[in-house]
Amino acid sequence: MKVIKQSPIKSAFTVLALAFASSTTMAQELSITVTNLTQGLHFTPVITAAHASDNHLFMAGEMASVELQTMAEGGDISGLANMLTNADANLNENPAMGLLAPTMSASFNLTNDSANTHLSLAAMILPSNDGFVGLDSWKIPEEAGTYTVFLNAYDAGTEANDEIRGSGAPGEAGMPVPPPLDASIGMNGTGVTDIESNNKVHIHRGSLGDDNMTAGKSDINNSVQRWLNPVAKLTITVQ
Amino acid sequence: MLTFITPKKSTNKLTLQLLIASVFTLGLAACNDSNNVAEEVVAPITPAMEYSYSITLTNLTYAQPLSPVAVALHDDAKMWQVGQPASVALEKLAEGGDNADFIALTSNMAAISSEGPVPPGASVTLDISTTEPMATYLTVATMLVNTNDAFSGLTGVDISTLMLNQEKSWRLNVYDSGTELNNEALGTIPGPADGGVGYDATRNDIDLIGYHSGVVSKDDGLSSSVLTQDHRFDNPAVKLTITRTK
Repeated sequence: MKVIKQSPIKSAFTVLALAFASSTTMAQELSITVTNLTQGLHFTPVITAAHASDNHLFMAGEMASVELQTMAEGGDISGLANMLTNADANLNENPAMGLLAPTMSASFNLTNDSANTHLSLAAMILPSNDGFVGLDSWKIPEEAGTYTVFLNAYDAGTEANDEIRGSGAPGEAGMPVPPPLDASIGMNGTGVTDIESNNKVHIHRGSLGDDNMTAGKSDINNSVQRWLNPVAKLTITVQ
Repeated sequence: MLTFITPKKSTNKLTLQLLIASVFTLGLAACNDSNNVAEEVVAPITPAMEYSYSITLTNLTYAQPLSPVAVALHDDAKMWQVGQPASVALEKLAEGGDNADFIALTSNMAAISSEGPVPPGASVTLDISTTEPMATYLTVATMLVNTNDAFSGLTGVDISTLMLNQEKSWRLNVYDSGTELNNEALGTIPGPADGGVGYDATRNDIDLIGYHSGVVSKDDGLSSSVLTQDHRFDNPAVKLTITRTK
């Protein structure tokens, strides 16, 4: 490294500059709105966290953790919450107080500690076997302003996309069907596939669905419950 | 303040007005100077400045012609929002490709339509001008006509910071107006794939605007559909570029 001798005045400036630099890494106040852009998918309770730059809820191309699998197959975010709490993250859980219905938004505030410079989000999408909407470690801007981020749907790679009614427990086949969705999901589907050959987290290929509510391969309604990316919009205001 | 003194076409009535206005302003300013009274601030006379924009829209789809494109400038407002029901004017545009009501919205300070539809792969350029200083928000809307009620566009985008000759581009996703079921059925799609009915006042879908889930088509398992795999689309469906030209 080049060493440059500084006059006393210049040094004083350097100290000032350092003081300013550190002030930008102080705790931030964030106002966040998550919007379900789709007309046919519900999101299970959303978990959002500000965390250190080297933490991830998931990474595309990597195997899902058991905690992520539990969220993606059944909507249970308690495992992810524990993991994040142990990593000193700042969390928000379940801002919609339950399912985030199609086209609806949920808003909340989050204060992030200076070390928690990155933001992640996850929620299962229904109906699906192990689909989730995700944001992986987005760097929170230091400059005040409003930022918009569009989110895609991922597949956890942990369960075959059979697209038929079943279980939300990790490792068990089929899709969980909570009561509000019961009427919109078909029955007696024979199953689209029983194989999950890509066991890494990947962009979801979308549901196949069919147009038969009482038979066919899939219990997903193909003209309502498919989607195109992006599936969610995140609006983040840095105060 | 004095930039418009540069001689242009002297026959231009507006230019002449601007010149007069600026001379007037200069006079007042000079007066003020000589009086040397600081608290007497004369409100600056702002001449009716004209703003012009060139808007180019490209259809990025394979087989979805876009209905005549509506372009509007207005005050700070959004003509639609995810999670809200569509206005009737938007419903007519999204179900039938008819933008007459949308263009005629009283909130528009300037509005124009392309002369015809924009075929897949084609582009259209529209020029729009206004002297209304509040007209700094842009809305553009067009229907994907081989669908029940899909439209693309953007609304309420602040263009007040655009400098002269500055350009801004977007790649636009596809919305569903939520006013008509996506059954893709015979007689329900106004585009060439069907030649069916466009606008129908009955709202038989969720009546909330959201993103479109895409065309299914009969080839991919929707037996009621008159559409084929040709008519499927993905996001983005439209490229939009705006340039401030004046």
